[in-house]
Amino acid sequence: MYQILHKEKLGPDIYLYRFLAPDVARYRKPGQFVIVRISESGERIPITIADVDAEEGSITLIIQAVGKTTLQMAQMKKGDFIPTLTGPLGEPTHIEKVGRVLCVGGGIGIAPLYPVAKAMKEIGNHVTSILGARSSHLLILTDLMKEASDELLITTDDGSEGQKGLVTDAIRNLVDNGEKFDQCIAMGPPIMMKFVCILTEELGIPTIVSLNPIMVDGTGMCGCCRVTVGDSVKFACIDGPEFDGHKVDFDELMARLATYRSEEKDALERYSSHAGCRLDSGGSQ
Amino acid sequence: MNAKERMQIPPVDMPEQDPKERVNNLDEVPLGYTPEMAMLEAKRCIQCKTAFCVEGCPVGIDIPGFIKLIEAGDFQGAVRKMKERNLLPAVCGRVCPQEEQCQLFCSIGKARKDPCKSVMIGKLERFIADWEREQGECEEPAAVKPSGRRVAVIGAGPAGLTVAGDLIKFGHEVIVFEALHKAGGVLVYGIPEFRLPKKIVQSEVDYLEKLGVEFRYDYVIGKTIPVWKIVDDYDAVFIGTGAGLPRFMRVDGENLLGVLSANEYLTRANLMKAYDFPKTDTPIVKGKKVITVGGGNVAMDCARTALRMGAEKSLIVYRRAEEQMPARLEEIHHAKEEGVEFHLLQNPVRLVGNEKGWISGAELIKMELGEPDSSGRRRPVPIVGSEFIEDTDALIVAIGNSPNPLVPNCFPDLEVTRWGGIVVNEITGQTSVPGVFAGGDIVLGAATVILAMGHGRRAARAMNLYLSSGRWVDLDSALDLCRAEVH
Repeated sequence: MYQILHKEKLGPDIYLYRFLAPDVARYRKPGQFVIVRISESGERIPITIADVDAEEGSITLIIQAVGKTTLQMAQMKKGDFIPTLTGPLGEPTHIEKVGRVLCVGGGIGIAPLYPVAKAMKEIGNHVTSILGARSSHLLILTDLMKEASDELLITTDDGSEGQKGLVTDAIRNLVDNGEKFDQCIAMGPPIMMKFVCILTEELGIPTIVSLNPIMVDGTGMCGCCRVTVGDSVKFACIDGPEFDGHKVDFDELMARLATYRSEEKDALERYSSHAGCRLDSGGSQ
Repeated sequence: MNAKERMQIPPVDMPEQDPKERVNNLDEVPLGYTPEMAMLEAKRCIQCKTAFCVEGCPVGIDIPGFIKLIEAGDFQGAVRKMKERNLLPAVCGRVCPQEEQCQLFCSIGKARKDPCKSVMIGKLERFIADWEREQGECEEPAAVKPSGRRVAVIGAGPAGLTVAGDLIKFGHEVIVFEALHKAGGVLVYGIPEFRLPKKIVQSEVDYLEKLGVEFRYDYVIGKTIPVWKIVDDYDAVFIGTGAGLPRFMRVDGENLLGVLSANEYLTRANLMKAYDFPKTDTPIVKGKKVITVGGGNVAMDCARTALRMGAEKSLIVYRRAEEQMPARLEEIHHAKEEGVEFHLLQNPVRLVGNEKGWISGAELIKMELGEPDSSGRRRPVPIVGSEFIEDTDALIVAIGNSPNPLVPNCFPDLEVTRWGGIVVNEITGQTSVPGVFAGGDIVLGAATVILAMGHGRRAARAMNLYLSSGRWVDLDSALDLCRAEVH
């Protein structure tokens, strides 16, 4: 059993948790994820680790409550336990001094980006970060990302904070103004990563993306998380979750993420009608 | 009763759930013997002087011995006799391919020229295991003197559980590390409820816990803890991480929605209880018409699970003929009874999808049998121009598994074969790293539960000798000496 040591609301439906998991915290590296199961009847879902506190023996996870499992998680309080937290899984990010690094994070994807940006800066890279969201209230970890970056830019679709527009607009502006990057790391919704990769391929910037396909075991056993990368089929859980973004088939990834959409919708509707008004109180803890 | 009279008794059939009813539930298909049935079946054993059946058993159970006790009605004694050699009889009685092992060598079956007429050793094994469990109380194991040695077992599948059970009896401290949230490996994620009820696996695991084995769940060795730390911290290590890497066909369209590995399909259905969705939270692909590609036990499990998930049609597509199917006869028989359609000598060459990216059909090519290949089976050869489309809305790939690469990948010193299996000494299970042993499907590739247990049994004996003597070099010949002294 793994205890919630801390819970915090970061935005509408966005929650941060610190879980007590000393074994996971001890050997975890940036880029790795955990598999979480929140109840005995629960599903196993992958969540990329946002941060770690080795002294406390805790890991930080950030979720957006969009489906039944994440909504249930939003109802959990400090002191509660979950039965399964397995990890750290996947291959860590290759942290190397390459020169100028561009970190691009979208929405909840900023959470896994943070430890990577931090490690990239610590090893001596010049880190420029671009954080994007639909609107200012959906931006997370901006203060931490500011610390982890030499420069930080923000874009919002509605212009409520930073530049109005998409992260790709900001990338193009930087490059048009003569900025050069040796490496780009993009984490966020697949559609954002897809368009970042189309642009960086055109600009000749090598780009790493972190993928979030559906998983069950997380150890290579089920093959549910298979993604097409170049000419080969890879398992995101053991070969990834990070891949060369210019080779990833994002359209296939997005299609496969929708495999259980009707079941997910059904589960959510049943849950919402049972849970009723309780759903509104999730942020009070 | 003399041998001739015994041989006149026909085999006692085990009652089964009606096929029409059982496709609508998950309950076990064979219902078990009553004590009267078991005692009658036990009468069929003629207690051969040389017990060939025992030689056919990978773990060397004293088969005539336990059967004699059943005949006498001493079920407790039969349990004790069984557990001298096999800690998981309720599992083995159900999933061992007895017709290729003990029962293949049975004198009764030979006399009747039909291994199906042999003494029903597996069914008797199951009977006494179930009898003990139904008594509610397993016999307390005798206390053993602690050896002061600590052993790490990686993976709580059939091989790992056997090693754990054997080593704890030798007095060693045993910690089992399991990546999933439940112990049992393929017994809980792979084999369906209707063939092996999960409560049975749980009670076998509970028994090991009672013996003092410690289980740590959610531990992925190589990730949660580096392998070197396990090797440093324990006096010996056993790797039994199984063949959990699904093979795919490598045909176009394999990543379409609705196409999944047998491992994924069965894990969702069994371990994650997707049959109870939405009461449980894990969904599963539910096709009206489901194709399962493959001819092994796992393929039969998938095709039969599909019926229980509501499929109107469940097809097995297999590239060879029925005689060459690796599945057990009993599984093929059960699948047919339940209405699974067998489409033999056909093989997918491409999968086609609809506008939403879901599978809508499989292009199959007809095959004919050619010359025998390296496995001795006649090689299937495609018939040029015979392709046709079989409509479907789900397809399960059940063509086998490779050894799971996770632990070997995190363990550079460990020698593996070209196809990813750990290289071991066959007698002892020793790997290329001193103190580290391996067995089961991580060595064999996808094989059977009992072979994995046989590996575990042999490795445990070698590990015990290694732990007590510290000897690593020539451990196999030292083991032979010990055995010679015992006999």
